[in-house]
Amino acid sequence: MNHTALSLIELGAVFFVLGVLGRLAGKIGLSPIPLYLLGGLCFGEGGLIPLTDIGGFTHLAGEIGVVLLLLLLGLEYSAAELFTGLRRSWTAGLLDIVLNAAPGAAVALLLGWGPVGAMVMAGVTYISSSGIVAKVLGDLGRLGNRETPVVLSILVFEDLAMALYLPILTAVLGGVSLLGGLEAVGISLLVITVVLVVALKFGRYVSAAVDSPDREVFLLKVLGAALLVAGLASAMQVSAAVGAFLLGIAISGSTAENATRILEPLRDLFAAVFFVVFGLNTNPASIPPVLGWAVVLAVVTTLTKVATGWWAARRQGIGKMGRARAGAALVARGEFSIVIAGLAVAAGAVTGELAALATAYVLLMAILGPTAARVVEPIARALQRKSVTKTAPVEAN
Amino acid sequence: MNVEVTPLPGIGVRKDFATRTGRRIGVVTQRDGHIELIVSKSDDPDACAASIPLTADEAGALANLLGAPQLVAQLTEEHRDLPGISTRQLPIKPSGPFDGRTLGDTAMRTRTGVSVVAVARAGQVHPSPTPDFTLTGGDLLVAVGTGEGLEAAAKILKYG
Repeated sequence: MNHTALSLIELGAVFFVLGVLGRLAGKIGLSPIPLYLLGGLCFGEGGLIPLTDIGGFTHLAGEIGVVLLLLLLGLEYSAAELFTGLRRSWTAGLLDIVLNAAPGAAVALLLGWGPVGAMVMAGVTYISSSGIVAKVLGDLGRLGNRETPVVLSILVFEDLAMALYLPILTAVLGGVSLLGGLEAVGISLLVITVVLVVALKFGRYVSAAVDSPDREVFLLKVLGAALLVAGLASAMQVSAAVGAFLLGIAISGSTAENATRILEPLRDLFAAVFFVVFGLNTNPASIPPVLGWAVVLAVVTTLTKVATGWWAARRQGIGKMGRARAGAALVARGEFSIVIAGLAVAAGAVTGELAALATAYVLLMAILGPTAARVVEPIARALQRKSVTKTAPVEAN
Repeated sequence: MNVEVTPLPGIGVRKDFATRTGRRIGVVTQRDGHIELIVSKSDDPDACAASIPLTADEAGALANLLGAPQLVAQLTEEHRDLPGISTRQLPIKPSGPFDGRTLGDTAMRTRTGVSVVAVARAGQVHPSPTPDFTLTGGDLLVAVGTGEGLEAAAKILKYG
């Protein structure tokens, strides 16, 4: 069998298995991300069926997956929405950073991974999965709930924080000095501000540049623009993913809607490859030693996210049950935690253990998140009842 | 009525208001045009007891059901001093005899003496429709006439 035939067979088998896994995930009401990661673990080095012939393709496809993940995230928001979200939720957003980045950083320091490892793990535990959260809110019929705007504006804040964090991380992973790091922060702040202002004032010109009534032309133009911007951003050390995110924000209106519709299948395909590649590069044997820490992080960061949501919802005058729902909705971590860990692993600046911990953590949180959102109401009600029965005799006196 | 408009970043817009009984009722319009009717729970005003996805047609039909009786009640009130005259809503059935034809085609006034004073469609009222007004399935005609005339008009719309 020649090389091409073998590669096609392997790639076909991978996609088919992912399709089956995705269907399974849909049936039990889970995000497919943890199953894709598990799939990658099975296929990869030290896994059940090592695949070796498709490395070149999957590597590039995984990179495209990250670009598309961030591009579509940017397309979801208009610049105006980002500004209102930022204004409404910045206090909650700051609390979110403090509470949820700290546990990851602390564990990384305890394990002796140094400041770079701490920065990576801080990002991994900080960022909620806006994909999983939005899907769960829709599935559970909570779009009309009063706490939902609170949850969404925290997600907006997190995504903007990502746009700032990723360039800094890229610079740090590249091993720059303190001065170089500050320069990277300066450049990324400047670029983000400029893009937001341009998007707000001249978004329609950017949209017009990529828009086309012809589906095929539109697809090629928008994908080409995304990869061009991502490549240029990467060359400027600002992180390819952030370039794509900012382009997504600049494209607005009906162009953004059409682009989302046309790119969604591509995003799903390439992002699936990205998760598999991440799993592929993680040796399954390295997971059991860090599993304990993953569980600790899962428990702690579940509580910190619930606290964040609770506090943010209370500030908006939402009742107790709504506060609990807002907190539980934010628990899920997913695609962006893997994007961050993937960047770090690709740069070779962190140990393989970090990839293992990130994988185990996201596996837990991507399952725990939707589950938490589902069970929070019965649990909160049971707790309420218990506290009522406890206080009842006191009232009787 | 104080309708609250709340943007849902990345999803769409929620528009709702509090009813006199304290329940919140409204719609969530998603980016892709999907509409959901939302009704809050009575014991937890932050949550929704129901969020019902509606197609554009269904939303229009619901709006007619809610809007047309009010219009009829108002007209009935205005005609109270004219005995023998009443107001009724007459539906145009989808794929019925007049779906896609003009109001003039019904020859309503010539055949029954009934006047069509308004057409309610998709939550909007089109007052005083002209004979070239094209009817579609789901429209509600607001008709004024004698009891007998209205009976005949209903039959015409049903059977052609």
